[in-house]
Amino acid sequence: MIGGFAVWGLSSDRDPRGIPSVLIAQPAPEFDLPPVPGMDVPGLARTDLAAGNGPVLVNFFASWCVACKAEHAVLSRLTREKGVTIYGINYKDKAVEATRWLTDLGNPYARIGFDLPGRAGIEWGISGVPETFVVDAGGTVVHRHVGPILGPEAQAEVLEALRQAALPKVAS
Amino acid sequence: MTGYRLVLAAAILLAASVSARAVEPDEILKDPVLEARARAISTEVRCVVCQNESIDTSNAGIARDLRILIRERLTAGDSDAAVFAFLVARYGDFVLLRPPFKPETYLLWLAPFAIMLTGGGAIVVMLVRQNNRGRGAVTNLSADEERALIGVLQPEPEEGRS
Repeated sequence: MIGGFAVWGLSSDRDPRGIPSVLIAQPAPEFDLPPVPGMDVPGLARTDLAAGNGPVLVNFFASWCVACKAEHAVLSRLTREKGVTIYGINYKDKAVEATRWLTDLGNPYARIGFDLPGRAGIEWGISGVPETFVVDAGGTVVHRHVGPILGPEAQAEVLEALRQAALPKVAS
Repeated sequence: MTGYRLVLAAAILLAASVSARAVEPDEILKDPVLEARARAISTEVRCVVCQNESIDTSNAGIARDLRILIRERLTAGDSDAAVFAFLVARYGDFVLLRPPFKPETYLLWLAPFAIMLTGGGAIVVMLVRQNNRGRGAVTNLSADEERALIGVLQPEPEEGRS
């Protein structure tokens, strides 16, 4: 029994920092965020998720977050190559820096909510950035990815979640 | 004298840091009763970033946000239970440093007792068996064994040499 615990504890598949999300299979939380001041991208509210535009990714990001920069390339490719709709929530960021960040790197987000106080982050139960949720056309959260979506495995996992949420646009 | 003063200053700082909390002055509510309730709740809520710390002692940004949020809910008239329910709805039972006792957590709460009972039972069984084996060796010698034993203890004189 003790050996079993040891094997479980040391297994590389186990993420000791992983926190179970209570949002899975639940409607996306209530939130209504303004656009990033000075940016020509609309803001984001819960009603946008339930608008029936097909499954979307909701990605929490910030210009001060190093992992987000690495993830940015992946998100850009997902929109460009797979036609995935990505909504961003700019978490505790300065508007000027967020704008500069997206101007420099390109903007993969169809909408961006500006969450300076981090309240939407609490509503979604995030513990940090980046974090990404897959939301189906009816506004139900179906998948959560903590940390940057990097590497083929993480990307496949997110794409699979999108496919299962019935996104006809996903080529493969 | 300066050495003594340094030691004294260090001691005072240390003593202060023992009771130090992450709560910042601007967070504290004017109503001492509400503030006390907020503090009591904070010590029961896990910081989701640092994980093994309560939000009462954590300096993480999100811990501060949650502390302020708890105070807002209390000021708005929420009961303690309502505040906990609000947090659990967003972060799950994980956010509670003392997980509730319910079917999903039976294993968590009962496993230590189960392990103790299993271990204790094993020890009892082992002791009983050992005890029985010892008694058997004394009382249950067969006739052959007894004869052999006597033979060992009192060797008969060898016959060939008389």
